[in-house]
Amino acid sequence: MVQYTEKIREIAERLLKDCVVEVVIGFRSGTVPMMNEPFFARTPEDAAQLVWDSNCGINLANYLTDRKEKIAVVAKGCDSRNIVTHILENKIKREQLTIIGVPCLGMVDKRKIAESVNGEVLAVTEDGDQIKVRASGGEKVFNKADMLQENCAICIHRNPVIHDELVADPVEEQKDVDRYADIRKIEEMPAEEKWAYFDDLFKECIRCYACKNACPLCYCPTCFVDESKPQWLGKSQDPLDIRTFHFLRAYHCAGRCTDCGACQRACPVGINMRLLTKKLEKDCKELYDWEAGMTLDSRPPLDFYRPDDPEEFIK
Amino acid sequence: MKNLVEYMGLEPGRLQFSWISSAESTKFVTVVNQVTEAIQALGPNQRFVKKEAKVA
Repeated sequence: MVQYTEKIREIAERLLKDCVVEVVIGFRSGTVPMMNEPFFARTPEDAAQLVWDSNCGINLANYLTDRKEKIAVVAKGCDSRNIVTHILENKIKREQLTIIGVPCLGMVDKRKIAESVNGEVLAVTEDGDQIKVRASGGEKVFNKADMLQENCAICIHRNPVIHDELVADPVEEQKDVDRYADIRKIEEMPAEEKWAYFDDLFKECIRCYACKNACPLCYCPTCFVDESKPQWLGKSQDPLDIRTFHFLRAYHCAGRCTDCGACQRACPVGINMRLLTKKLEKDCKELYDWEAGMTLDSRPPLDFYRPDDPEEFIK
Repeated sequence: MKNLVEYMGLEPGRLQFSWISSAESTKFVTVVNQVTEAIQALGPNQRFVKKEAKVA
């Protein structure tokens, strides 16, 4: 990871010095462990603050929407796919971007780590596949593979899809990953059980909308949840309003979601709303053989009509 | 959409879609009859109905 950081700083410094870009969007260390924050480096000196480790789970494509200047952006596999989606949806132009691709080995789940140690997490360091955690109740060492975020553990596109620079050689992609085991389990439940399952899943939701704010796909100037004419859904804590919100939010991501996990990571109460977006991803794969953000050459299935689109649902 | 609604627990068959031209009167009648039959078999809808707003 140290090599990654050095290479990112080197590239960023060069790009800023040569005035190729006005800003480099990357990560710097946060004020608490495991919380790297997005950082906009605007001068060659700023570049020294950029870092890379296994806590860079935030999706930086989120910071590109409608920007006009020339930008370099640090992008792991999922970020790069969201950048492709952004370009396809005219939220940024390819010519504006210098993409610093990062072959990714997965991000660690900060909740899992916090739950696995005694007391408060004080510092987290990495050494290859080992994660060393110093907490107020003693030190512990974990295998990174055991501590990955759920979406990273089942990721099959770790290398950036598009990039102008690459900070390291591409990593090996994970093979034979069953991405949809949990989805199939829910699909097999009877309707009654499904309903209860999601009631239970969303019961902690406080409607803070962190999931939609962290999501690079959610960029509408006024979100449907805030509109009052018409008011699409109730604004209360009623379980039905919560359910409707999650349903609509997920559906807006159909055929666009790259399962970057930013929503789940941002959720203050740890709801796995990826169960909805992943179901849509599975449907898109099965119905349209589509994976979001893999190419700049074809339109996403839900904004393009093809005569052979499946239509079994319609009479 | 139908897939996701049913994935979330709406009974299969509750949500139906059809495309009928204004010239297709017989298709209209057939579809309306089919839908009515299917929905009557399912009984009154219990899902996505707010009986009373929860007040915090």
